[in-house]
Amino acid sequence: MLAIREQQSSSDRAQQPISVDLPYPGFQFDLCLRNQYLISKGFKAPIAVKTGTTIAGIVFDGGVVLGADTRATEGEVVADKNCEKIHYLADNMYCCGAGTAADTEKTTDLISSKIRLHSLNTGRQARVQTALRMLKQMLSRYGGYIGAYLVLGGVDCTGAHLYTVHAAGSTDKLPYVSMGSGSLAAMATFETQYKPGMSMEAAKELVSEAIQAGIFNDLGSGSNVDLCVITSRGVDYIRPYKEACSKGVRQGDYSYKQGTTAVLETKVREIKFDVVSVTEHKMEVD
Amino acid sequence: MSILEYNGSAIIAMIGKHCVAIASDKRLGIQAQTISTDFRKVFEVNSGLFLGLPGLATDVSTVERTLQYRLNLLQLRESRLLTPRSFMYMVSSLLYERRFGPYFVEPVIAGLDQESYQPFIATMDLIGCPMEKNDFVVSGTCSEQMYGMCESLWKPNLEPLELFEIISQALLNSVDRDALSGWGGIVHVVEKDRVTTKHLRARMD
Repeated sequence: MLAIREQQSSSDRAQQPISVDLPYPGFQFDLCLRNQYLISKGFKAPIAVKTGTTIAGIVFDGGVVLGADTRATEGEVVADKNCEKIHYLADNMYCCGAGTAADTEKTTDLISSKIRLHSLNTGRQARVQTALRMLKQMLSRYGGYIGAYLVLGGVDCTGAHLYTVHAAGSTDKLPYVSMGSGSLAAMATFETQYKPGMSMEAAKELVSEAIQAGIFNDLGSGSNVDLCVITSRGVDYIRPYKEACSKGVRQGDYSYKQGTTAVLETKVREIKFDVVSVTEHKMEVD
Repeated sequence: MSILEYNGSAIIAMIGKHCVAIASDKRLGIQAQTISTDFRKVFEVNSGLFLGLPGLATDVSTVERTLQYRLNLLQLRESRLLTPRSFMYMVSSLLYERRFGPYFVEPVIAGLDQESYQPFIATMDLIGCPMEKNDFVVSGTCSEQMYGMCESLWKPNLEPLELFEIISQALLNSVDRDALSGWGGIVHVVEKDRVTTKHLRARMD
């Protein structure tokens, strides 16, 4: 979209592409009035997917370990049994998300691209502090209505850092943190077992224990433990680190015989996928 | 009653061996009163790429038209077909744009990748949180019934004909326990050289 905007501003009419539908920047509020009316008529507002999560992280000697469970819920229904809650921000930092799933996904995506532009503009790796500032400024601008509760961890030229970010924009910097509906269970584990200056292996095991405490004691958390270890040497994303509970093997076979389903009408249509060859053009950079 | 349940709908997508299937019911109602038994909720936006839109019928039309328009323009401009995954992000962006005043649809996307013929299915909530799966996705007024049916019927590496029976039975038996959806069913099975569309005989009550 950006490229098209630039083309138009150069006012070269012949170069303009055929009708372009430029999306408005930011959120759209055109349906709010209608939706409010429907709600006033007694229809319940639908619920969005929540991550209903246990996410946690600790600082160890030389880096940080981030951990998350993999359950997403829609009310009481498990919407996703193996979702990814540790989001990529940059090569040196990752971010765990709890709260409204779409918000954590889109917020981390947006900040990730802003971080990339920032490091391209400055010519150096972005600091964790920079990402934190971008996140809290964006979230506080929306006054907590964007329901993203985050654990941000990373390593930069100033060392290893671990933060939590609340939806309203407040942040904490601590050696061990947890967020989400299972945060109490995870924090209980940290409070009894955390020691400063742990080894990487001990740190991984402790975060895994904390996430498992969430998986087993909080109904909003479940399935597997994902871990992400960030050191100055690089990132080790382990998915899954541990399957806390495995599903039994199905004993019977519930296959239907072919022709069980009564069909009224069948249409078969041949399709050809046109594979258009892909050529790369080098971008001109001054 | 939730706004998402006003018209009634049920959509399932499943992955098979080198194929995908998407199935939907055909009912359009105004709460308990049935208006139509031939309402389209699954749209072929590209050859072999399907978009299922369960939810409020007025938004089903708006979202489908808007997406088809944006997709066509983008494909003309770039002279290439969009991959199913890129299309998913297109849908997701449209929905998240209206984060604070959403369209009442919970889309399902199913298709084959044009180059690798890899099957792809995904779903999202009404504000566009994308969820890619490698087994099955469900959406609609009887999602709990559909989850139950799919969890017990689906298995890996289903051949196209087996996949058709499984997805059809999962749909038919789910909508039988839901008053708001049913009244006929339609199944599309996408293979790398053809799309098979079958209209199912179903209970009309």
